[in-house]
Amino acid sequence: MIDFTVVDLSRLQFAATAMYHFLFVPLTLGLSFLMAIMESVYVMTGREIWRRMTLFWGTLFGINFALGVATGIVMEFQFGMNWSYYSHYVGDIFGAPLAIEGLMAFFLEATFIGIFFFGWDRLSKVGHLAVTWLVALGANFSALWILIANGWMQNPVGSTFNPDTMRMEITDFAAVIFNPVAQAKFVHTVSAGYVTGSMFVMAISAWFLLRGRHLDLAKRSMAVAASFGLASALSVVVLGDESGYVATEHQQMKIAAMESMWETEPAPAGLNVFAIPGVRENSYEVKIPYVLGLITTRSLSTEVPGILPLVGRAEVRIRNGMTAYAALDQIRADRNNAAARQTFADTWRDLGYALLLKRYVDDVPAATDEQIEKAAWDTVPDVPTLFWSFRFMVAIGLYLIVFFAVAFYLASRHRLGENRVLLWIALFSLPLPWVAIEFGWLVAEYGRQPWVVEGVLPTFYAASGLTLVDLAISLGFFLTVYTTLAVIMVLLMLKIIKAGPSERNVLIDGIRGSAVVPERAAAAPQR
Amino acid sequence: MSHLPLDYETLRIIWWLLLGVLLIGFAIADGYDLGVGALLPFAAKTDEERRILLNLIGPTWEGNQVWLVLGGGAIFAAWPALYAASFSGFYLAMIAILLALILRPVGFKFRGKVKDPRWRSTWDWALFIGGFVPALIFGVAVGNVLLGVPFGLDGTMRAHYDGNFFGLLRPFALVAGLSSLSMLVMHGAVVIAMRCAGPVAERATRFGRMAAAATVALFALAGLWVAFGMDGYVVTSVQEAAGPSNPLAKTVVTQAGAWLSNYHTYPWMITAPVLGFAGSLVALAGLSSRRFKIALAGSSLAIFGIISTAGLSLFPFLLPSSIDPAVSLTVWDASSSHLTLFIMLLATVVFLPLILAYTAWVYHVMRGPVNAASIGRNPNAY
Repeated sequence: MIDFTVVDLSRLQFAATAMYHFLFVPLTLGLSFLMAIMESVYVMTGREIWRRMTLFWGTLFGINFALGVATGIVMEFQFGMNWSYYSHYVGDIFGAPLAIEGLMAFFLEATFIGIFFFGWDRLSKVGHLAVTWLVALGANFSALWILIANGWMQNPVGSTFNPDTMRMEITDFAAVIFNPVAQAKFVHTVSAGYVTGSMFVMAISAWFLLRGRHLDLAKRSMAVAASFGLASALSVVVLGDESGYVATEHQQMKIAAMESMWETEPAPAGLNVFAIPGVRENSYEVKIPYVLGLITTRSLSTEVPGILPLVGRAEVRIRNGMTAYAALDQIRADRNNAAARQTFADTWRDLGYALLLKRYVDDVPAATDEQIEKAAWDTVPDVPTLFWSFRFMVAIGLYLIVFFAVAFYLASRHRLGENRVLLWIALFSLPLPWVAIEFGWLVAEYGRQPWVVEGVLPTFYAASGLTLVDLAISLGFFLTVYTTLAVIMVLLMLKIIKAGPSERNVLIDGIRGSAVVPERAAAAPQR
Repeated sequence: MSHLPLDYETLRIIWWLLLGVLLIGFAIADGYDLGVGALLPFAAKTDEERRILLNLIGPTWEGNQVWLVLGGGAIFAAWPALYAASFSGFYLAMIAILLALILRPVGFKFRGKVKDPRWRSTWDWALFIGGFVPALIFGVAVGNVLLGVPFGLDGTMRAHYDGNFFGLLRPFALVAGLSSLSMLVMHGAVVIAMRCAGPVAERATRFGRMAAAATVALFALAGLWVAFGMDGYVVTSVQEAAGPSNPLAKTVVTQAGAWLSNYHTYPWMITAPVLGFAGSLVALAGLSSRRFKIALAGSSLAIFGIISTAGLSLFPFLLPSSIDPAVSLTVWDASSSHLTLFIMLLATVVFLPLILAYTAWVYHVMRGPVNAASIGRNPNAY
């Protein structure tokens, strides 16, 4: 039997390691392009300041990248370690984009990152610039393949269940690659990364300007980040809408939960700006008419279904899935049972819904009406969490558009350095992209529950049969090591920022205390 | 899937070979980084010496580690049943490897940023763990695969386990672990000797010779153990080479000396263990006569031979089960579907040559001796 404590701890561990890994990835995505832009200006104009900018942001990029690599390898191995039934069940499809990510993207990024740092005096200017662009390209290709894999979990296209191997198998690889959910997610996610990189550069440059230090570097960095940031912030929201749109076709329950919309509304549905989600209804709501219907269906006449009718649909699919489950049992008993194979072929798409019953009953075809109803209600994700996570994310997204628009306007008038209010705002806005991104992760992944693969495989059914001791040890280790590393990283970054850009390696006296010595830098000739 | 230009059986063989290519690629490319890590506190005594070693592997280790990442991804994509059963079955061992590997990227980046000697020595030991622990545990894992792993599968292919971390530390597995450690230390030492000079290179040469001799001895001991002290596994039913990937439809028995049966059937396979010994001896001779390029060829061949020996001895097994031999995973019943294997092969054929080409270019750019002067020139040196 499945140990639900182990399942919950496995989920906690996955969420913790994924959300932690995703603190570093967006900054890598954004900062790599910003550095590539800065170095391009250096190569085109030959002005030394742009090389120093690339070097300085590169140092911070390097520390961030190290943490990304350290936490990324955990992500890849965790599927097999903690989610072995998942790995067996969908590895035929999900494994391919992960492996191609390694072949096409991560190898490129990780190989060239070395000479990005070590090749400055060994490559021509153009040669080094090419390396920097390849690093940025590798990072973004990497995001593409990871999101193709993730998109399949949200919208499992191009595959079928094979009763002879007891797993999902690929039928149409092109459908997996060109999965509309994956495409929308890719653009949305990398744009969010560009916003994060831009905000990072803006905030640190603002701090330099407020302190009256490194003005040349700070003003130029801010100008680049303001324009890149504005374009990206617009792209995040516009193409975020795009992913809302495709989600309606494939993940209606997620949309209904994000909107806390219990009943189907007559088209076009209104958008809840504020609501207090309760049990099976909202106790209070403020609604803007028409907006939800327009955003999600792009029409005035298509309905957006509510949670309650979707639960009704789930119940139908569970009952249908029980037929598939019974037929599968017959096929396993007698591989040549043609009638069972025919029944299974007609009903396999609902097999995953029958697996939801495994939480309540081992012999699925014998489930009672009460158990079926419970399982149908399990398809509803955590409504208040989704509702509010989505709103916080959107609010931050909209705020960042305004912020970058103002910054861009001031930058284009060369007044960015004088406006101290904006500089303070920039400094304190630093954490916001990360907050929005983590909320976005919650909406996408927590909002997919109870499914690990939408409609195909319930999360609890996908975990490895580990023991509590296993999970206690691994979770304890991860939390300790990750926390320690995070603290060290932040302290180190702060010290490096305080020391400022330099021609040589920045050296710090000690990790604690306030002494900051850009040692050998002081002795180095200033160009 | 009969419309695909390669049949299922052929693709399974190709992916079994590619699995070997990736593991050998990892052991040759990143193996010397692990070996250098394991040697760091011993071959280099002063801060400057340690910085020389860190900057020797610093520019390329990240790319090298992708061999492991890709190996993991390829096992997931091509052998999902193997990925599922082994990664979860070796759970705590995998956690130990991951924690060790986590220390490497941060160790490189963090160490050089702070002057405090205690800080630096802490990260030196962290980097030592980052090299030593994976080098040891990967070998222990291979040893356990040869012994059989205590996992079972139910009718829905869900894996269950009957063992724990300490159960992995069986004597033969420890011998395998030490073989792998000595093999990678030998390889790392050769690279240090080749590209550095002075006391670091001298010490590395000494450690490298010891490690090469240990590799020969441990590999021989493991071989004798496999031949005389251990049961191998034999499939006793007919397995259809192009059948569905279902490990529940066969019968398997254990039998003394069975891991040697492939060498009787296909005598050419003897080449693998011969290369394992010969390569180590060439590395030893190369180190002694200071012909380091020959030593590097030797240590690389030794790695190729030793890992191939393990793979060829097991064939067609990938992961034998000690508690329910019938559900052991083999090349014929643990792969992905025909179409996935084909698509993955296309991707590999396109990208692997590219990877080799740009990796070679990066090594070309970073060629030359690594010493205090070369480090001093670089603003990003570790």
